[in-house]
Amino acid sequence: MSDHIVKAYDEDLANLKTMLAQMGGLAEDHLAKAIEALSKRDTKLADVVIAQDEKIDALELQLEERAILTIAKRQPMARDLREIMVAIRVASDLERIGDLAKNIAKRTHAINEQLPRKLAAGLTRMGRLSLEELKDVLDAYTTTDDAKALDVWRNDGELDALYNSIFRELLTYMMEDPRMIGPCTHLLFGAKNFERIGDHATNIAENIYYLVHGHTLREERPKRDTTSVTAFDSLNER
Amino acid sequence: MDAMIKTPVAENAPRIAREKPLKIKARNVDVYYGEKHAIKDLSIDIPDSAVSAFIGPSGCGKSTFLRSINRMNDTIPSCRVTGRIEIDNRDIYDKNLDVVQLRARIGMVFQKPNPFPKSIYENVAYGPKIHGLARNKTDLEEVVVTSLKKAGLFEEVKDRLDHPGTGLSGGQQQRLCIARAIAVNPQVILMDEPCSALDPIATARIEELIDELRQNFCIVIVTHSMQQAARVSQLTAFFHLGNLVEVGDTDDIFTSPKDKRTQDYITGRFG
Repeated sequence: MSDHIVKAYDEDLANLKTMLAQMGGLAEDHLAKAIEALSKRDTKLADVVIAQDEKIDALELQLEERAILTIAKRQPMARDLREIMVAIRVASDLERIGDLAKNIAKRTHAINEQLPRKLAAGLTRMGRLSLEELKDVLDAYTTTDDAKALDVWRNDGELDALYNSIFRELLTYMMEDPRMIGPCTHLLFGAKNFERIGDHATNIAENIYYLVHGHTLREERPKRDTTSVTAFDSLNER
Repeated sequence: MDAMIKTPVAENAPRIAREKPLKIKARNVDVYYGEKHAIKDLSIDIPDSAVSAFIGPSGCGKSTFLRSINRMNDTIPSCRVTGRIEIDNRDIYDKNLDVVQLRARIGMVFQKPNPFPKSIYENVAYGPKIHGLARNKTDLEEVVVTSLKKAGLFEEVKDRLDHPGTGLSGGQQQRLCIARAIAVNPQVILMDEPCSALDPIATARIEELIDELRQNFCIVIVTHSMQQAARVSQLTAFFHLGNLVEVGDTDDIFTSPKDKRTQDYITGRFG
């Protein structure tokens, strides 16, 4: 797109993009570290993730302030306005992703001490899938590639499906041995966190679509997360 | 002459043009100033009881088109208008049409407030008087008071109606001009940058007034302020180099315009 007559306006918008790219980079890094900490049972690395989350939070606040200032100063219209609104929304999704990564890192301590190694395997697989989704959607944002964003949006079903199977698997372990309830609950929350990270990635994808097209995506996203309606009876019958 | 324009200008007409009856219809209008082709093949539907804003860079033809709606261009010898413009299904360039009558039905407000060098009262009473709209003095007085009230000026001037209109502040003068325009009970009000000489508070007052008046009038406003167009209008038309580039619901034009030129203009990328 061609430049604004007022060059400082271009700088304002470019600054927002840069800050968001920074946030995206941090969120990706934290998530990757949280997954590694989980799979390698590396509590030191988990602590690093926990300590660094503040950075993302601070960046979100900064970005929000800059965005509000830009709106006040420039009275943006049309695509410029969408750029700014989308930046605010994406920043909030990234901040949440950071929180979820931190939460996973925290649980690493508990899981570490109590759990047979193989049980965490499914969880790290979910983690890698969510990380991939995040990477793809951030790429789509940087290149404003709405087709790529839509791919992420559609493929999130995979993560949901994996979450379902882990949910069911963990329930059976818990039913077999009540001593497993504690650690499995941590795993379950961890899985839920990865599933939520996927949802935030699809939010970002929807925002990219809105940025490009000027209207919200009207399709219903294919959702495969059925855990909230799964009854215990149906598990017993199997 | 009877109405000839039966069909809307486009199938995917703006929502506001489908919800409200159409007041002004223009088809294939060209305007020339001598050699200069100022408006090129313009077709548009303008709804009643709504505010339509014309935006675009200087020299794009928006004021020219505004002035061909009340045939003010007739006063420019080199100006030639072709095509068809209808108000209430009547061809306004019909040779048998009385231009004075036409202009009595179309009020106009200009960039610079231009009250007559007369009293506040006389400024508003002038139109109804010459058009014979008041039977007696009481009638006339009522028209003046109602018009001043509608223009949101009465409370500020009720004790000094005999003072000269030129003694008012800029914003008050502009509201006086609006009162003068609505005193003859027009159906259409044309405004050519009515706020560009006013401070932000006076501007806000006029905008509030425009919003109230739109219940009863078809208002067309030319403005250089995009924010103003976004605030006061329901329909926005973007002009560029004599072409009508895009017409749409104001909400759509300022959030997701279809044409790249509109996008570039309203986001401050050229103009």
